[in-house]
Amino acid sequence: MHPDPRPLVLSLAGITKRFGPLTANDHIDLDVRAGEIVALLGENGAGKTTLMSILFGHYVADEGVVHIAGADGQLAPLPGGSAEAALAAGIGMVHQHFALAENLTGFENIVLGTQSLWSLGLRRGAARAKLERLITESGLATDLDVPVARLSVGEQQRIEILKALYRDVRVLILDEPTAVLTPQEADSLAATVRTLARKGLAVIFISHKLHEVLALCERVVVLRGGAKVADQPTLGASRASLAELMVGRPIPARERPPANPGAPVLDLRGVSVGAPGQRDRLEGADLEVRAGEIVGIAGVSGNGQGALAQLVAGLASPRAGEALIAGVRASRADPAGRIAAGIGRIPEDRHRDGTIGALSVAENYVLETIAAPENQRAGLVRRSDIRRRAARAIADYDVRCPGPDAAVRALSGGNMQKVVLARVLERAPRLVLAHQPTRGLDIGATTDVHRRLIAARDRGAAVLLISEDLDELFALSDRIAVVHAGHLSAAMDTAGLDIRKVGLMMAGHAAEEAA
Amino acid sequence: MIRFIPRERTPVWLTVAVSVGAGLAALLLTAIPLALSGAPVLGAFVLMAKGAAGDGFALAETLTRATPLIFTGLAAAVAFRARLWNIGAEGQLYAGALATVALGAGLIEAPAYVLVPLVLIGAALAGAALLLVPVLFKTRFGADEVVVTLLMNFIVLLFVQMMLEGPMKDEMAMGWPQSAPVLDEATLPKLITGLRLHWGLVIAVIAALLLHVFITRTVWGFRIRAVGENARAARYAGLPVGTAMALVGLLSGGLAGLAGASEVAGLKGYLTADLSPGFGYAGIVVATLANLSPLGVIPSAIFIAGVFVGADSMSRAIGVSNYLADLVVALSLLSVLVGGLLTRFRIVLVRREAV
Repeated sequence: MHPDPRPLVLSLAGITKRFGPLTANDHIDLDVRAGEIVALLGENGAGKTTLMSILFGHYVADEGVVHIAGADGQLAPLPGGSAEAALAAGIGMVHQHFALAENLTGFENIVLGTQSLWSLGLRRGAARAKLERLITESGLATDLDVPVARLSVGEQQRIEILKALYRDVRVLILDEPTAVLTPQEADSLAATVRTLARKGLAVIFISHKLHEVLALCERVVVLRGGAKVADQPTLGASRASLAELMVGRPIPARERPPANPGAPVLDLRGVSVGAPGQRDRLEGADLEVRAGEIVGIAGVSGNGQGALAQLVAGLASPRAGEALIAGVRASRADPAGRIAAGIGRIPEDRHRDGTIGALSVAENYVLETIAAPENQRAGLVRRSDIRRRAARAIADYDVRCPGPDAAVRALSGGNMQKVVLARVLERAPRLVLAHQPTRGLDIGATTDVHRRLIAARDRGAAVLLISEDLDELFALSDRIAVVHAGHLSAAMDTAGLDIRKVGLMMAGHAAEEAA
Repeated sequence: MIRFIPRERTPVWLTVAVSVGAGLAALLLTAIPLALSGAPVLGAFVLMAKGAAGDGFALAETLTRATPLIFTGLAAAVAFRARLWNIGAEGQLYAGALATVALGAGLIEAPAYVLVPLVLIGAALAGAALLLVPVLFKTRFGADEVVVTLLMNFIVLLFVQMMLEGPMKDEMAMGWPQSAPVLDEATLPKLITGLRLHWGLVIAVIAALLLHVFITRTVWGFRIRAVGENARAARYAGLPVGTAMALVGLLSGGLAGLAGASEVAGLKGYLTADLSPGFGYAGIVVATLANLSPLGVIPSAIFIAGVFVGADSMSRAIGVSNYLADLVVALSLLSVLVGGLLTRFRIVLVRREAV
């Protein structure tokens, strides 16, 4: 291979960081050249966040040095532990959760903090001219003069990138930038990143969507258990090979037998949920989910899938229309009634809705069924029976925890979700509501959740899967409906469905236009 | 640099150690104003200890004082477990005391084995009913129970004064604002003749044991803990959040009402407007020091009672104000709150990391 002629802008050498007995980063070397797009891959806990935090001055490395090119192109060591030094050296980062003041305009957000507190008024003229030039060069067209709260997620992200560019970054870190975007927005972001790279910007792209990594990046660095396990060109890599590098073992291809749907278990006719002025609401929705099939709901969050989940979970009642859920007419908010009707509910937020952190694994396991005869006798909790069954569920669902008495708070997100799955699926529900069931989980836990949802379907349960992850929806769903601004489309067969059409419908185009 | 690392589990011994340590720390800190006032510090503490537990008589006096504190401590513990911030135990105590006098001072004539339970149940119901109002305001309208229960204390106390100056005033009491005495059949017997210690203590200890079993072993106790730790998730899981809250209100108010019954029927024999020197508020300290454990409330109440009784005795002997007791109680609360950090975090001292 020829040596790369492009100059180095960033060089990490032997970065090591320990937290007590845990080595979060183990002698990691990483070189990034001007104009290069490098993917940083790894499961949760692999050390990506720690490495970026060291780069950004939030942590100080125990060993190793960071060199960054100065204005003259010469590499110089970056003082550790100082976010100011990192910013001044030209390192910029766009976080998954934006750091924007929502009531200020895009322009104000961008110049915020770049001018002295003592200057009277903003020096708008010069800033404006510089921004106009950046927008022309990068193609990041967006309205700079409305409050950020009124912009879409994609537009807010453009403001974040412009904010970094305005500070003359030479290295831009994008943390899961496409997690919240529609496929069209993700494409436009990829085009922007390529343009910026051509102009000499070095980009570190953190993502778990392997097809994006393969399409956009020229080099991929994989971390596993704190160590760098691969640093290779993307050319020649495949999704399977990258996934294997991340997990450290081959991932079996998912086998999915065709659906064999039966009678409808969830039947919505013209159902409206939520006040008319509310953003996350449902207007006149029709939806049928039959026994033995998975129906996926695609949509950017806040478009009505929250209202749908609340209705099915029993936290909300229909304002209009007829909702038959597991054979029961759902006319009022009644979580206990929905559970009794045989609905298993996996909530979107497992910390706030799904589990009670201070209670034990065993107690969370019986949270919904504490009044059932197997859990109590004459009002007294049958503690040893519950512990015994919880211990069996821990083994069956492979929950990594010290035992049934461990507080759920101490568990990782994936293990917490397994406790929820055990609680919900053990009772063989007729209808499963899975709302963002894999958000924040690593590949191993995600695969496990997917396997169990398909197993529930094959057992004859109707599964309603609400997700923002189109890959997940296409992998699991037999049919997919799209929700936008409270309106739910008809469910379409996944076989032969174009992901781009779904993306356009998520952005508000009607099915006929999107076709 | 000091780092706080969250604990996955808190061992029981540590919780106990923090409570005991907080009590000791409070006593040590009290040495400072004691020394400033020129009193012999060590001698003062010896006098306090003797006054609280130096002989059988002192010990009996401490346990007598601990009796209402166990009831109000339990009232606070069960409410705070469910994140129901009942600051109104003082008012509920007076409501219970009022019910005791209303039922036990001649309205009903019956043998003791009928009248004593009747008076206790009446007092518990009065306290429970009083707390049910703010609980319903909270669950129905989202009214803040801290404000409502706190303000209701003053309403109840003024109502008691009105009753004692008016319809309930004892004509035989030489013009003093006090109620007629409760009948002998409504009186809680003394435990030991010649001492003030009465059966209220036994009832309080039984109440603590029952509450412990209720919270840790029963379905409703489970629901109350779940609602207290995460009401959102409890609601999602279909638990009856409103009913659980109402039940907690009934229990907490009822226990505080029993404190009033125990003081009137066991100790004083009649009701005055100065029946309680803040037992309702001190119950919050007792419960906090006990880490909201019903069993822990018993030693915690005895400690706080001992501080009050010991400080009284010390102030008589060396002329230091007995407000010192309030200082110890307040410092115990502060110490246990600081100590609570230890139960939730491991505190690790690390050297400032070098570059």
